[in-house]
Amino acid sequence: MTGSGMTDTEMIATSTATGSNKHGLWSRLPVVHQLRQSVGLQRGMLVVGLVITGIFILTAILAPLVSPFGYSQLRDASGAFGAQKPPGGSHLLGTTVGGYDVLSRVIWGAQTALIVIVIAVILSIFAGVMLGLVSGYFGGWLDRVFVVVFDAVYAFPSLLLAIVMSIVISGGRSNLIGGVLAAAISITTVFIPQYFRVIRAETVRIKAEAYVESARVLGASNARIMFRHVLRNATRTLPLIFTLNASEAILTLAGLGFLGFGIEPSAAAEWGYDLNKAVSDVSSGIWWTALFPGLAIVLAVLGMTLVGESLNDLADPRLRGRRSVAKASGLVAETSVVPGGILKDEFEVPQ
Amino acid sequence: MTTVAARPPAQKAARRKRTSSGGGIGRYILIRFTLIFPTIFILVSMVFWLMRATGDPITAALGGRLGPEQLAERIQAAGYDRPILVQYFEYLGNIFTGNFGTTISTNKPVTEVLLTYGVATAELVFYSLIVAFIVGIPLGLVAAYWRDKAPDAFLRIFAILCYATPVFFSALLFKLVFSVWLKVLPVAGRASTGSELQMQFLPGKTGIYTIDALQTGDPQILLDVVSHAVLPALALGLLTAGVFLRLVRTNVIGTLGADYVDSGRSRGVSEYRLVTKHAYRPALIPIITVIGLQIALLLSGAVLTETVFEWKGLGFELAQFLTARDFVAVQGIVALLAVIVALSNFVVDIIAALIDPRVRY
Repeated sequence: MTGSGMTDTEMIATSTATGSNKHGLWSRLPVVHQLRQSVGLQRGMLVVGLVITGIFILTAILAPLVSPFGYSQLRDASGAFGAQKPPGGSHLLGTTVGGYDVLSRVIWGAQTALIVIVIAVILSIFAGVMLGLVSGYFGGWLDRVFVVVFDAVYAFPSLLLAIVMSIVISGGRSNLIGGVLAAAISITTVFIPQYFRVIRAETVRIKAEAYVESARVLGASNARIMFRHVLRNATRTLPLIFTLNASEAILTLAGLGFLGFGIEPSAAAEWGYDLNKAVSDVSSGIWWTALFPGLAIVLAVLGMTLVGESLNDLADPRLRGRRSVAKASGLVAETSVVPGGILKDEFEVPQ
Repeated sequence: MTTVAARPPAQKAARRKRTSSGGGIGRYILIRFTLIFPTIFILVSMVFWLMRATGDPITAALGGRLGPEQLAERIQAAGYDRPILVQYFEYLGNIFTGNFGTTISTNKPVTEVLLTYGVATAELVFYSLIVAFIVGIPLGLVAAYWRDKAPDAFLRIFAILCYATPVFFSALLFKLVFSVWLKVLPVAGRASTGSELQMQFLPGKTGIYTIDALQTGDPQILLDVVSHAVLPALALGLLTAGVFLRLVRTNVIGTLGADYVDSGRSRGVSEYRLVTKHAYRPALIPIITVIGLQIALLLSGAVLTETVFEWKGLGFELAQFLTARDFVAVQGIVALLAVIVALSNFVVDIIAALIDPRVRY
């Protein structure tokens, strides 16, 4: 199997390339690099994914400006909105059973989702990376305990784990902005094992590299070796896992909300909660309260999955568009992570 | 995850070992089996400590409704006033003997709840896996064969849509279109009341409705039961179908490039046979491994699907108990699901090892 990541010669090749400034900083940035590397269908998927994700992020940030009403607004100057109004008039996408404006809740929902993703992913990267680094670098019994524990957590149904965590954090009732934190921390717990696995595997590999030994011979401290030499080389696959996890975070948040562990409508707008309230609407033929929050989830997840999948395929020489193989050989990331937790180890071509 | 540098020697060693000792599957099964216990122990302990971190379950469930004395009485009766370590060891011992406690809201043994509703969930998961296989594998072959062509592009987007759509949203959409608008399939439940009544008093009642319906010998009941299962199975199955499609595609692309496929082609083997036999068979091995991981995903999905369709399984019950804040029941169900996941991973690993000798160590 090719693509063991950077061997020594590749390291040298990369550093000379940087030295002669063959590629500017811009084209070496994670996503930009892949965008230049991709061709045809793959590029199309990556671009579509980036556009959808961009729209999602913009909507989230600009929610106060683009949303016609507040997320918990029930009435305006002309009186109460009324419940379950079909789309049209001043409520483009209708109103919910609780009398909220569907469009406004969909737009504000993007903001909630983005905040939760950002908190969850930052927390899990931080915790997972630290644990993986320490565990992989020092090894020993601590490493073994961590591996067994995180493997067990990894095998656990993620939604159930998130439910248990949200019970722990908020007692199953999230009525304030603390609900956002509870959701984010619940999701974090689910993701830590993934970052842990990847970073640990990379650390164990890099630890054996000659430059780490040289650093040790030169008298560098453990902390310096860990952060300067190992960590910097172990983070290549992070953007990939990051995008895939972000989309999973949205699904987990929505799942929590759907089961009633979401955030109360007066605190923030959350798509899963709205879908939960729409279940009974659907039985009576009211489609707009379910369709639009659902579509919002699908689009947000779709955008990020497209980006993640494209990065994943581009990192794999066998899946990369054929014409571009020669162009970028040498910069091959090892991990292939997709929803459902398929790791590269399962992908073997019989000899 | 193995590093690639270490792989070739490892593979060579595995090959050498296979030719010399012929496998050692017994040893592998033994090692793999002993690994189940720490996994189950960790998960079950984690569930216990996390759930108990919020306080005792009686206060959580009945806190607002009972006076402080009554509450203290109930807590004492249930033994929640004892040191937490004592409770923990008792809990572990109980689980070992299959006792998961008694629910607070309905006052039934959790084991009974698990047995009654577990079969319903198992039935749903089984149907969804069938859907996933029927949809995912052939489409994956098609996508791999026409790689980077129009069918591939279309199917990849379909696969991504499959797992980008939250299972409860696709469930709601199916319900809206097929049950409410077209009125061709039932809205919710596992069977209509009439069929359920007829199946209730069967002597050999299994709780698996398909089997029970067959036992009644009434085709009308069987049709009723199957029509209730179509939408939930479709919603949950498509989620997994997307993963299978992608996986088959990736692996068949890999095997289609292998030398033996070229040699088959040079011998005049038809393209259809090359894809469906030569390239497809070895590509199945990773799928079997992934089914193990999918069980966890399917169980999460089942919780949501069951809630939408009022499919009275473990997931539906779990949602009910969550609403009732009955954390003893929640703890029991979650612990059982953890055990199921650990066991199914074990079975899947053994099957993978039986098929592919390189997996054994």
